[in-house]
Amino acid sequence: MPYEYLEHTADVAIGVRAASLEEMLCDAARGLFSIMVPAEQLSPLRSVEIVLNAGSVEMLLVDWLAELLAQKDLRRLLFCRFAVTLECRGTAGLSLRGTAWGEPLDRLRHAVGAEAKGISHAGLLAQHERGGWVARFVVDV
Amino acid sequence: MSDVMRLERVSDVEWRLPPSGAMRGAARVYCDEAMAEELCREAESGGWSALVQLRNVASLPGVVGDALALPDVHPGYGFPIGGVGAFDLRDGVVVVGGVGFDINCGVRMLATPLGVAALGSREALADLLFERVPAGLGSEGAVRFSVREIDDLLRGGARYAVARGYGLAEDLAYIEDGGCLDGADPSAVSERAKQRQFRQVGTLGSGNHYLEVQVVEEVFDAQAARIYGLERGSVVVSIHSGSRALGHQIGQDYLKVMESAGRRYGMSPEEKELACAPVDSDEGRRYLEAVACGGNCAFANRQVLAHLVREALAGRFGFPRSAVRTVYDIGHNNAKREWHEVDGKRRELLVHRKGATRAFGPGRDEVPEPYRAVGHPILVGGTMGTASYVLRGTPLGMAKAFASGVHGAGRSLSRKKAAKRFWGEDVASSMEAQGIELRAHSLRGIAEEAPGAYKDVEQVVSVAERAGINRRVARLRPAIVIKG
Repeated sequence: MPYEYLEHTADVAIGVRAASLEEMLCDAARGLFSIMVPAEQLSPLRSVEIVLNAGSVEMLLVDWLAELLAQKDLRRLLFCRFAVTLECRGTAGLSLRGTAWGEPLDRLRHAVGAEAKGISHAGLLAQHERGGWVARFVVDV
Repeated sequence: MSDVMRLERVSDVEWRLPPSGAMRGAARVYCDEAMAEELCREAESGGWSALVQLRNVASLPGVVGDALALPDVHPGYGFPIGGVGAFDLRDGVVVVGGVGFDINCGVRMLATPLGVAALGSREALADLLFERVPAGLGSEGAVRFSVREIDDLLRGGARYAVARGYGLAEDLAYIEDGGCLDGADPSAVSERAKQRQFRQVGTLGSGNHYLEVQVVEEVFDAQAARIYGLERGSVVVSIHSGSRALGHQIGQDYLKVMESAGRRYGMSPEEKELACAPVDSDEGRRYLEAVACGGNCAFANRQVLAHLVREALAGRFGFPRSAVRTVYDIGHNNAKREWHEVDGKRRELLVHRKGATRAFGPGRDEVPEPYRAVGHPILVGGTMGTASYVLRGTPLGMAKAFASGVHGAGRSLSRKKAAKRFWGEDVASSMEAQGIELRAHSLRGIAEEAPGAYKDVEQVVSVAERAGINRRVARLRPAIVIKG
């Protein structure tokens, strides 16, 4: 499993380990949306494009996940597949172009869980470690 | 051993963490010995710790009096859930984690003219409410506001919802702050937040949100119960919901703003997880304007939900809609300006209550006039298989706890552990065996919200009462539970 749910009494903490930063961002998104509906139950029928910039890897992770949560409500989609390309802009930080694919909720087919409300900054971690990338974040549910 | 382990016993239900290190004041925990041991173990483990978070709140600039943890305390993000922090308006800070993503999440209680015997088929009523009240992931409101109307809703809260025909004018007197928080400025809220919200007004949400039909099982304080209109065997409806997507987006937007502001204002490393800015700063003021909008959104949301319930009950039982009366509506994720007496002086403070309610006791002007002799009700959600409580505030609680009340049982197991330990079907069967009708959109959600995943609400309420900060009025047993 590219992500795992960690112990957190009130909310849901997610840990991710990936070979690249792009993969880490995609796996974090999978972990986030699987709180709501298991990814294997969703089909990548529709897509949204996401463009954002951030000053640090940690904020890039939070902004990416928060943007996906906003798109969930705005487009009425639950996402299951993600692709990300990154560009480093020196002191300006990182620029992300991403695509998320998913489908509308179907309560007859989808085993729904709790709705994710937001991505906390508490305990937030996103860093390069031992040849890969690790992340840890808490989702308020 | 870390500083946080030096919890000093004040009484069997009150513990003190004296100032040390970066702490600018002490912290106080209302809990019994078993809870205190568990909190210390949690702190020693090096993982998420409510006690460490409480210590960090007590380290923030401008903190007034003790940072408080109530008996339902558990780790939040930065600020503990079940935590209370009061700050000076000039030198203090406003903390995003002290409000949370679900701004003014709270409980509305409706009294019905029904006794338990008149409920009739619980199955049929459960089906009706499940059909009428939108709940769960992806649900959309049965009533729809346009994006333009959202600004009016953010300014007017429950008042606006009533003006639009959702509910009765007499409801407003029984909502905290009259259902409309001052200082709400919709321009402090992003267009994205409004776009996310307009389909979600009048939706229950998911997770620990619920709608319950409850029976008053026991009355402990006859005078207060009589004043609130609660008697043994009577049927009430409790609605636990919040500010939905709008509150979530405000929380997300301002976490970023306040974290950056905190750095600019020189917050120290201990406060890294406590995104905050001075109350008396552009960022602090703007955030509080947005919080007031989120609070009004939650009031309006519960007002519309109450309207849906009222319509359903009036239609089913044939009584007038006015027969369903609002007992009270109270939030438990807020930062509010309030007057309190501190060291013999009256001071206006910014009081954060994260997973904690206001608990104004007898005599406060903020309490609805008919309740003023006893204080307003504190609505405590238990678990879906056990009990909920109505409490009230006390003079001691006003003097020692910034007039704060417990809000629920408080989780003891993570959702991950709960989902492993319990099966949704088993939880539903067990509730059915107890005569509780459960309707839910999520089996996984039922397992995560299993009564065994929470602390014992009896213990939480008992500690609050023994500490003298809250007093029991009535215990409620669920008859019907609707979950998202």
